[in-house]
Amino acid sequence: MRAYCELSQLGKTFPSPKGAAVIVKDFNLKMQKGEFVCLIGHSGCGKSTVLSMVAGLSSVTEGGIILLGKELTGPGPDRGVVFQSPSLLPWLTAFENVMLGINQVFYTASKAERRQIADYYLTVVGLGDAMHKRPAELSQGMRQRVGIARAFALKPRMLLLDEPFGMLDALTRYELQQVLLDLWRTERITALMVTHDVDESLFLSDRIVCMTDGPEATIGDIVPVSFPRPRNRKAIMEHADYAPLRSRLMQFLEVGAHDRIPYVALPASQASVAASV
Amino acid sequence: MAFLEIERAFKGYGPKWDRTEVLADINLEVEVGEFVAIVGFSGAGKTTLINLLSGLVTPDRGAARFDGKPITGPGPERGIVFQNYSLLPWLTVHENIALAVDQVFPQWTAAQRREQVGKFIAMVNLTPAAGKLPRELSGGMRQRVAVARSLAMGPKVLLLDEPLSALDALTRANLQDQITRIKREDDTTILLITNDPDEAILLADRVIPLTAGPNATLGMSVPVTIPRPRDRKTIADHPDFKRIRLELVEYLLKSAHSRKATLDRKLVLPDIEPEDLSLPRPVLPWIGRRGPIRRSEIKTAVVEVEK
Repeated sequence: MRAYCELSQLGKTFPSPKGAAVIVKDFNLKMQKGEFVCLIGHSGCGKSTVLSMVAGLSSVTEGGIILLGKELTGPGPDRGVVFQSPSLLPWLTAFENVMLGINQVFYTASKAERRQIADYYLTVVGLGDAMHKRPAELSQGMRQRVGIARAFALKPRMLLLDEPFGMLDALTRYELQQVLLDLWRTERITALMVTHDVDESLFLSDRIVCMTDGPEATIGDIVPVSFPRPRNRKAIMEHADYAPLRSRLMQFLEVGAHDRIPYVALPASQASVAASV
Repeated sequence: MAFLEIERAFKGYGPKWDRTEVLADINLEVEVGEFVAIVGFSGAGKTTLINLLSGLVTPDRGAARFDGKPITGPGPERGIVFQNYSLLPWLTVHENIALAVDQVFPQWTAAQRREQVGKFIAMVNLTPAAGKLPRELSGGMRQRVAVARSLAMGPKVLLLDEPLSALDALTRANLQDQITRIKREDDTTILLITNDPDEAILLADRVIPLTAGPNATLGMSVPVTIPRPRDRKTIADHPDFKRIRLELVEYLLKSAHSRKATLDRKLVLPDIEPEDLSLPRPVLPWIGRRGPIRRSEIKTAVVEVEK
């Protein structure tokens, strides 16, 4: 079976005065359509490098990334990115910030339809009464909601999230995880998310890819997460599998990430745990 | 009668035609020697709530009382630590604390006051930095100066307004331990405001959620039954920890959700597909113009593959 998105022997090398610095090496991952994959690892291990290569924002130096049978060569609207800081244009309102991308991608649609799209996504993320405010008037959590709406509004083939909740306080983070999950469940966009929060990855994803410490970071372990969807935080935390999965991940981050034992992929049939639809 | 008390207090800001009711019907009772934490969203009105107790704002309706007497203004018996440290930048650590001590204990001799300042600098482990200016200190050290300044006034209650929110995880953990130690050694009454449920459970005897604003109010108080001393590494495995955390988070998220569900508007999502921007756009788009691809028009065909 052909994968929806495939990262094949992906590597990233930077030239440095002491010779080539290998950041990521031999990274192999196949994602199925509609799957939510989380990438966890220590800060600086190269998680974000992998994500920005998929986004096309950073050049691929070894291997390649194939999305729907085509190799990716640069950034494009078929991959929506949510950054850690929402990166909104400060002189535009939330609505105008979202419209910016919509006007490009839906240029054949009527203006009314384009406005409907922005209105829909901004309301769904909970900004129904604040969408005509400028970023400066919004709280950090609300700005990140705009970032989520902007990414979904373009109907991307893939959603890439780079620690989207890293800068938020604990409560706002829980709230936005729910917003993201609700929206993702209706749209079923294949998602790759970088995080270092173990609970967050367990709550959101279908599979958790653990990365070893850099340099020469690669996949150390892949943990399938099979909690039924739609997910409820309470039910998940009380689920019998929650504690063992959590301790497996914590164990990896505390001990396993330092061992340089690359992950050996199982045959495709076993490794690719399809999203529990 | 409780030691520190707020009774049916309301507070709002702004003129009549553009008014935001921040707090509504706040009732709070803190007993002597208790450590109470209030958890709420950013922007919920937590700072307004603590300002009612510090005397920096007065309620529109209702009352705030300390030791049976109504609170009319700030006073040295209620020490506050702010999120942004609020140190005077041109004074050294020692001088910043001396400022507070000199105000509160004018009847003491200079030597006594100096000793008091030195004692509290030592308490937060800043003796080597006593002669430094705030800008020469890290965020965590500055916050420790602010804590020492509040404690040096000999307050009967310590009001902590998100003192750790601006700090990184490691410094945060370090200061949490220091707060626990101060609590254990002096048995001070402490009211902590935070947006981190984990921090509240780790430190406090009782946690009270503040619902999302506007019209924020306090929820049911949750006693933290986990025995002390509490260890941050193992506390997460305690069965009560999970229960209390879940209870708080569920309550707060529900309050935020119910606030948003009031919006009732018809939403339409056009069923159109994005254009492929890698293809060249028509040079004259208005000639032979076509609309967007409708999802309903996409034909799905089943292709049988011969073996």
